[in-house]
Amino acid sequence: MKRTGEIIIEKILALCGLVTVLTTAGIIWVLFSESWGFFKIVPLRDFLFDTEWTPLFSEKRYGILPLLAGTFLTTAIAVITAVPLGITIAVYLSEYANRGFRNRIKPVLELLAAVPTVVYGFFALTVVTPFLQSIIPGVGSFNALSAGLVMGVMIIPVISSLSEDALTAVPKSLREASYGMGATRFQTAFKVVVPAAASGIMVSVILGLARAVGETMVVAIAAGQQPNLTFDPRQGVETITAYIVQVSLGDVPHQSLEYKTIFAAGITLFFFTFLLNNVSFWLKKKYQERYE
Amino acid sequence: MSNIRTNRLLDSMFKYVGIACTLLAIGVLAIFLGDILIQGIRRIDWSFLTSLPSRRAERAGILPAWTGTAWILGLTAIIAIPLGISAGSYLQEYGTKNRLAYIIELNIANLAGVPSIIYGLLGLQVFVRLFAFGGSLLAGAFTLSLLILPVIIVATREALKAVPNSLREASYGMGATKWQTTWLQVLPAASGGILTGIILALSRAIGETAPLIVIGALAYVPFVADSPMDEFTVLPIQIFNWVSRPQAAFLVNAAAAIIILLGITFVMNGIAIYLRNRWQKKISW
Repeated sequence: MKRTGEIIIEKILALCGLVTVLTTAGIIWVLFSESWGFFKIVPLRDFLFDTEWTPLFSEKRYGILPLLAGTFLTTAIAVITAVPLGITIAVYLSEYANRGFRNRIKPVLELLAAVPTVVYGFFALTVVTPFLQSIIPGVGSFNALSAGLVMGVMIIPVISSLSEDALTAVPKSLREASYGMGATRFQTAFKVVVPAAASGIMVSVILGLARAVGETMVVAIAAGQQPNLTFDPRQGVETITAYIVQVSLGDVPHQSLEYKTIFAAGITLFFFTFLLNNVSFWLKKKYQERYE
Repeated sequence: MSNIRTNRLLDSMFKYVGIACTLLAIGVLAIFLGDILIQGIRRIDWSFLTSLPSRRAERAGILPAWTGTAWILGLTAIIAIPLGISAGSYLQEYGTKNRLAYIIELNIANLAGVPSIIYGLLGLQVFVRLFAFGGSLLAGAFTLSLLILPVIIVATREALKAVPNSLREASYGMGATKWQTTWLQVLPAASGGILTGIILALSRAIGETAPLIVIGALAYVPFVADSPMDEFTVLPIQIFNWVSRPQAAFLVNAAAAIIILLGITFVMNGIAIYLRNRWQKKISW
């Protein structure tokens, strides 16, 4: 028979684990209950299809599209920057580099991920934006391009380290078979190893994407706070996250519709990251089945 | 024949492309750190660390900001460490096969992908309003604790997983209970890995800005917090505030504050990497 003390301890430990479940439940509850109040006043159709977002002005419009466009634009720039670089680094480190180089370089790449995001924002605003302005005409002092590029640098380590794990997990026999057929290292890497690790690499890209969608400080500092339905990267845009920060910095009365807009924006953001995460779970599961 | 030559050329070219890409990423980091050091290092002196914020850039300091960061660090550690280790131990040592553990595990994986600003919205409704903590240090610490909990839990599990079963069996063989085994044998054996995870998680917490802005941490705090119920600011928010101002003198202040913040972050990461290496060498189960 188990001692009572043992049983109590087990229950306490389980309760601590339940805190994480409560967190998820809390997030869903908070987002739904507060945006419920919002959608009672603003029809969902306006929210989804109106092309202007001006809840803080006197003439209020509540179309999420400008914020979505801003989020999409900065994320796309970040992913276009980070994916080729991240995957090339991963292939190089896993297939080409010797062990000493790899062991020395990986902690440095990890540092890129350890830098607080507000610091990346400073970098985007004070270094990257002036540089872009000097080479591309028409770049505003707040612009999507600078924020996107810097976010790209920020998610390189996410993509490179997860992709490298996926590449390393490919069985050695595959590479040896390829070499045995007379293939070069380059051919082996890109025609055998990368396709074999494709789902793992996809997972890394999706996680990087999710990170960029939810990133706040870089875009709040460097991309501006002008809801702007545009795909011109030289212009300033406002992302969903930057809008939430903008409202939080001001004095918006609790229970007002303005206050509820941040939850409506939040639930939109949550929807996209949730979707991306679940696609990555699904891919990961498929990928695990292949080598076991 | 030329096909073979092209392939060999591609092969040797990629070697350089690979090095170039790796060095590009690291080069950006280097330019960036160099730029911040040049801009900010001269601004750091004793009065910068011991002054309150001011409208005049040259007289402004980061005293409320760094003390706020220290408070947040301490409170978050007190809340998140026991919770994280307990939850991790439960998942790894107790509930490996039951349904509850499966749900918790799936849930943790999902939480890890939730953007930090969403945790801010949660903290705003639950800790600031429902629990009526207001925009206090306590509300901030609870919010950040929930944010880093998944990291600590995963690190604890990984560290416990690395402890060989023979240790547990020896303990049971001596008549120890499950808890005695976990508390006296398994957790101490895994302490290095757990500590590494905790330090990395805490270093993430002190770099967070967005969730604290959402729960209402202030940009301008002309006092040093002396209780967990006080309103507060932290280094990242002070930096954000200075970056948002048009005057160049405040950018210099921001760079100086960034040097302090990065100093803390890098020292914590350095300790974590050192501990991880030492721990990996020590265990040769």
